[in-house]
Amino acid sequence: MTATSRIEARFAQLKKQNRKALVTFISAGDPDLETSAAILAGLPQAGADIIEVGMPFSDPMADGPAIQAASLRALQGGQTMVKTLAMVREFRAGDSETPIVLMGYYNPIYVYGHERFIVDAKAAGVDGLIVVDVPPEADDELCIPAVAAGLNFIRLATPTTDANRLPTVLKNTSGFVYYVSITGITGAAAPVVNDVHQQVTRIKGQTELPVVVGFGVKTGAQARAIAEGADGVVVGSALVGEIEKSLKQDGKAGPDTVSRVLATVKELATALKS
Amino acid sequence: MATATDKSGEAKLNSYMTGPDDKGFFGLFGGRFVAETLMPLILELERAYSAAKADPTFQAEIDHLNVHYAGRPSPLYYADRMTKELGGAKIYFKRDELNHTGSHKINNCLGQILLARRMGKTRIIAETGAGQHGVAVATVCAKYGMPCEIYMGATDVERQSPNVARMKLLGAKLNPVTSGAGTLKDAMNEALRDWVTNVHDTYYLIGTAAGPHPYPAMVRDFQSIIGKETREQMLAVEGRLPDTLVACIGGGSNAIGLFHPFLDDKEVAIYGVEAGGHGLDVENGHAASMTGGTPGVLHGNRTYLLQDGDGQILEGHSISAGLDYPGVGPEHAWLKNNGRVTYVAITDQEALSALQTCTRLEGIIPALEPSHALAHVIKLAPTLGKDNLLVMNLCGRGDKDLFTVAKHLGMKI
Repeated sequence: MTATSRIEARFAQLKKQNRKALVTFISAGDPDLETSAAILAGLPQAGADIIEVGMPFSDPMADGPAIQAASLRALQGGQTMVKTLAMVREFRAGDSETPIVLMGYYNPIYVYGHERFIVDAKAAGVDGLIVVDVPPEADDELCIPAVAAGLNFIRLATPTTDANRLPTVLKNTSGFVYYVSITGITGAAAPVVNDVHQQVTRIKGQTELPVVVGFGVKTGAQARAIAEGADGVVVGSALVGEIEKSLKQDGKAGPDTVSRVLATVKELATALKS
Repeated sequence: MATATDKSGEAKLNSYMTGPDDKGFFGLFGGRFVAETLMPLILELERAYSAAKADPTFQAEIDHLNVHYAGRPSPLYYADRMTKELGGAKIYFKRDELNHTGSHKINNCLGQILLARRMGKTRIIAETGAGQHGVAVATVCAKYGMPCEIYMGATDVERQSPNVARMKLLGAKLNPVTSGAGTLKDAMNEALRDWVTNVHDTYYLIGTAAGPHPYPAMVRDFQSIIGKETREQMLAVEGRLPDTLVACIGGGSNAIGLFHPFLDDKEVAIYGVEAGGHGLDVENGHAASMTGGTPGVLHGNRTYLLQDGDGQILEGHSISAGLDYPGVGPEHAWLKNNGRVTYVAITDQEALSALQTCTRLEGIIPALEPSHALAHVIKLAPTLGKDNLLVMNLCGRGDKDLFTVAKHLGMKI
């Protein structure tokens, strides 16, 4: 194993502080590059322990309406992969500790070129990748080269990942395991807390890696309940929903777009600590 | 990286009929690029289909339904006036528009509904573009008393109103999709979102030879009845195989169904006809993924896509709602790269004009989709000798397109 990654260091630190990780998701370039960069820069201070940055895609098949709309806003604002990587590079210049995970779909990476993407992501200061539609069966393509280059490859485990399949999913996973709390799309139905606890326990029985839970987590109380027994929670749709609510009539960023998102993150972080 | 470079065009293959490999790849193309929630289902589907394929009672059931429900075999019709008019190849139409529900789509739906029942699934979902697949799905669901929900782009709902009415009459729940441009790709996104949410009881009945493995191979197998019949019928009528095959391509299920049984007959020339829309040089103005697109990954498979330089999918355009899909089945992508099939594009105007020619000369109103294939036949046939036996797959009838055609021709209905 190579030197400790930022993600590993962050989880080690959280463990020492006996805290759960708050993982936040925003779409790069939503609603525009400048606002998005300002949100990103403010997230660690607001209480985000790990940041997922969405690489916008025209056809986000696993996402619900909130993140679909966020992707679309970003693309309409002219967001590209080059701009997304530049945004991470700029963030990294001011923050050397908060892990950044790029999340999205395979096609924009495939078209950018796997090898070039891995090199450029690493150079920009990206720590991990979550690529929704590249299953372990296709590990040779992206996962293994990414891990070889020192990036963590974070895999989703779901309620349909049964005992037979779990080892396949865990095999090349690093950084943490992302447990998808529901069968469904992002931001959909609220997960049943007891089911989530059982599943997280099952996964933790098979891996040393931290397990964080996402999909459908919206409120502080919910986040706290879900995080019980896990190592953290992911909040995405609720944050991009705040962006949507803050927009002006013409769809452009409003005066409180940045502050509104960061205030929500603060609330969640406080709830998670209490 | 085993699959990152395409070797399929380099080596001389012994057979073009053995694909896909065990991971679902045709050379570079195909595969299973889906979210983890769906992966166990895709693997279960693959096992269930392999078992069904090996079970003679499954095939016997399909054969029975093909004859007594769908009305197969469809005729191989000698189009004598088209032949005379064009003055070249001897033109035959494979009349799949005479099937129950009016297109080749029923071939696939009968196979998949039987499979869904074997798997114990109780709810069917599907996407549709022109509505031909949606009608075929609603039909088999009515026949087997299964609840069904069809996702259809809102734009398509508007321009294919006769098929919308048919689906509703058949008892399907129609979900208009407003995301994106409200066409076929958006309908497929929504169907995938439904599937991921209702994995436990739902079967996704994909309508074309695309999507994650095993769909491309499975849909091809169910559609191959077209090519198998053509082979037998041509041998019976002419005593030899055809020289030329032509079919239109959106996702490419009717085409792969006609082509596949002939892929290893090297002397048979094969043409796939894509939708050239306003022309290949018009940006985002066509739906020709292979002749005007680049490789990428969408809807579970790697294939040729209409996309921009940043990997964002374009909507594409065609006068035909059944062809304006920004991707194509992975087996076609592979057959393009290895050169076995020649892919060409036909514009909206050429297709419209071919539709009128066929209607006046043969008394058959073809759908706008096969009118693209016909337009290529009109170009190709005069360049071929009179002894050249040409088969075009007339995969759908034009009733559904009357409003669109009338509008373009300035006719009042």
